[in-house]
Amino acid sequence: MKIAVCLKRVPDTTAKITIGPDRKSITDTGLKFVPNPYDEFALEAALALKEKSGGGETVVYSVGTDASAETLRTALAMGIDRAVLLQAPGGADGLAIAQALAAELGAGAFDLLLFGKMAVDDHNHAVGPMTAELLAIPCITSVAKMTIENGAVEAEREIEGGIEVVTCSLPAVITCEKGLNNPRLPSLKGIMAAKKKPLETKPAALGAPTLEIVSLELPPERQPGRIVGEGADAVPALVQLLRTEAKVL
Amino acid sequence: MADRVLAIMEQRDGALRKVSYEVIAAARLLGDVDALVLCEGAVEGTGDLRAVGAARVLSAAHPDFRLYNPDGFAATIGELASGYSAVVFAGTATGRDLAPRVAARLKVSCATDVIELGRDGAAVTATRPVYAGKVLQKIRLTGTPAVASIRPNTFPADKPAEPGPPGEVESVTVPAFATRVTVKEIKAAATATLDVTEAPIVVSGGRGLKEPANFKLLEDLAAALGTAAVGASRAVVDAGWRDHGAQVGQTGKTVSPGLYFAIGISGAIQHLAGMRTAKVIVAINRDKDAPIFKVADYGIVGDLFEILPRLTDEIKRVRAGQ
Ligand SMILES: Cc1cc2nc3c(=O)[nH]c(=O)nc-3n(C[C@H](O)[C@H](O)[C@H](O)COP(=O)(O)OP(=O)(O)OC[C@H]3O[C@@H](n4cnc5c(N)ncnc54)[C@H](O)[C@@H]3O)c2cc1C
Ligand SMILES: Nc1ncnc2c1ncn2[C@@H]1O[C@H](COP(=O)(O)O)[C@@H](O)[C@H]1O
Repeated sequence: MKIAVCLKRVPDTTAKITIGPDRKSITDTGLKFVPNPYDEFALEAALALKEKSGGGETVVYSVGTDASAETLRTALAMGIDRAVLLQAPGGADGLAIAQALAAELGAGAFDLLLFGKMAVDDHNHAVGPMTAELLAIPCITSVAKMTIENGAVEAEREIEGGIEVVTCSLPAVITCEKGLNNPRLPSLKGIMAAKKKPLETKPAALGAPTLEIVSLELPPERQPGRIVGEGADAVPALVQLLRTEAKVL
Repeated sequence: MADRVLAIMEQRDGALRKVSYEVIAAARLLGDVDALVLCEGAVEGTGDLRAVGAARVLSAAHPDFRLYNPDGFAATIGELASGYSAVVFAGTATGRDLAPRVAARLKVSCATDVIELGRDGAAVTATRPVYAGKVLQKIRLTGTPAVASIRPNTFPADKPAEPGPPGEVESVTVPAFATRVTVKEIKAAATATLDVTEAPIVVSGGRGLKEPANFKLLEDLAAALGTAAVGASRAVVDAGWRDHGAQVGQTGKTVSPGLYFAIGISGAIQHLAGMRTAKVIVAINRDKDAPIFKVADYGIVGDLFEILPRLTDEIKRVRAGQ
């Protein structure tokens, strides 16, 4: 099976985010970057499927600046065979990224295209299903469980109050949700091997923008709250406040 | 030209979902709203949509639309959308799946999980939380139509109390499409009846509950409150005490209820990412320095095992007296 994984470099989720002087981007200096956590589920799924089938190829793609090479090396260290960096400045425009990926991934070059369900920086949830539409292949999003047999995928995705069981045939795009697997850590041997694996770099064919960032702002601080009291004796006062002050009961 | 906006209704088992009314409320901020229901047959409540602000109600019926049909839905909306300046979806599991498919067909980007919508001249503007809620991103959608999905529980909507007489519903044609993706069935989740993303009140528990059986205390509190859902921190979901569907936070669900209880939850940044937009937050924790108290509107310091039964009783008493 030939499997592609799309991987984004994102700030570590525990990092403090500072808005830059242009008020449209964040300050990169001192920020720790990691592979998008949902893309790690995609990488693990690709590796496990290749191991199971005993053949094929796994390729990881990222659209980003040269700094994304480091993120791609992490994927190679986990065991992915080769990497492609599509150079472009960062951006929040999901369609433009999907167009760059679709142009590169082509129709029919892969049996399976794996994405994260969302990037934890822009939360778009968009690039996977958009790429599938552009390639005119089936797509199942936010998959927490999946089996692939005889060229067909059966997947489960969580919806409000239930689980949807969804099927499609390959080639397909799957976007990965937490719970799909437990991503492996790169081994020391893997890290050494990654240095010799191919990492191709070329310009990305980004689509024309249809989304502009106007500004980034910090959310309004929540007003410091009030400790109503200690222990069970504070309960009546709390309920009273919820009724008369907050008016939520 | 008056701005015409297409609002995509969500239904399950022939009944409109609450979030559909919120989609109409959000879409009305952008222009005159046509509400589109994709369904197999009749959908309860469709006729009332004009009473909550839809100028027209459109129905796209197809035998394959009993459950969500990504290809058929995207084809139908993609075809209709060219006559509109914006298309608004619910930011639910379905809406988040469908909106980018439609957007890609229309060769525009989309705004996901929007909490504010407006216009700047002809362009649609949207505000959305990014970086796990640490930053609010304001964007302009420069393509036509603008495609957006809204965060549930964020745009206040009026749902008619009593279903009125069926109003006029116009049928629209479903174009030919190939079903590439098939939703076979919906398995009901083991526990969750009311989803945390949709509930007006969420009662969440964390490691402070000590063991899974103690979630009964939260279920009792939720029952006393009426329409409330029980949520959980990641620590207890990872421990297998609760389903992942109940997890609130960065790797779980984002909730914006009117009232959120964090009980025996420390308030880690990843948990806050999922609930900081709740209107009122109540924390119960025995550690007075727990970070949750920094975001809570009201807090009680103490042992949850003493406080919870008392709280449930007090709420029952007060609600009985109303
Ligand atoms: C990448 C990443 C993603 C994550 N995503 C999420 C997420 O989506 N959601 C999430 O919740 N977490 C998430 N986490 C985990 C998060 O960092 C915390 O570990 C987790 O939220 C802690 O859960 P907790 O508050 O239940 O447990 P703890 O931090 O152990 O807190 C338990 C609290 O209970 C209190 N307590 C104990 N006994 C009592 C008692 N008898 N009465 C009253 N209070 C009591 C304690 O004082 C303490 O404050 C994520 C972490 C990472 C690294
Ligand atoms: N710049 C990028 N390069 C490669 N893959 C990306 C990029 N941006 C997004 N993706 C993929 O698309 C998924 C969803 O991202 P998003 O739509 O931005 O939330 C991610 O989890 C990645 O798999």
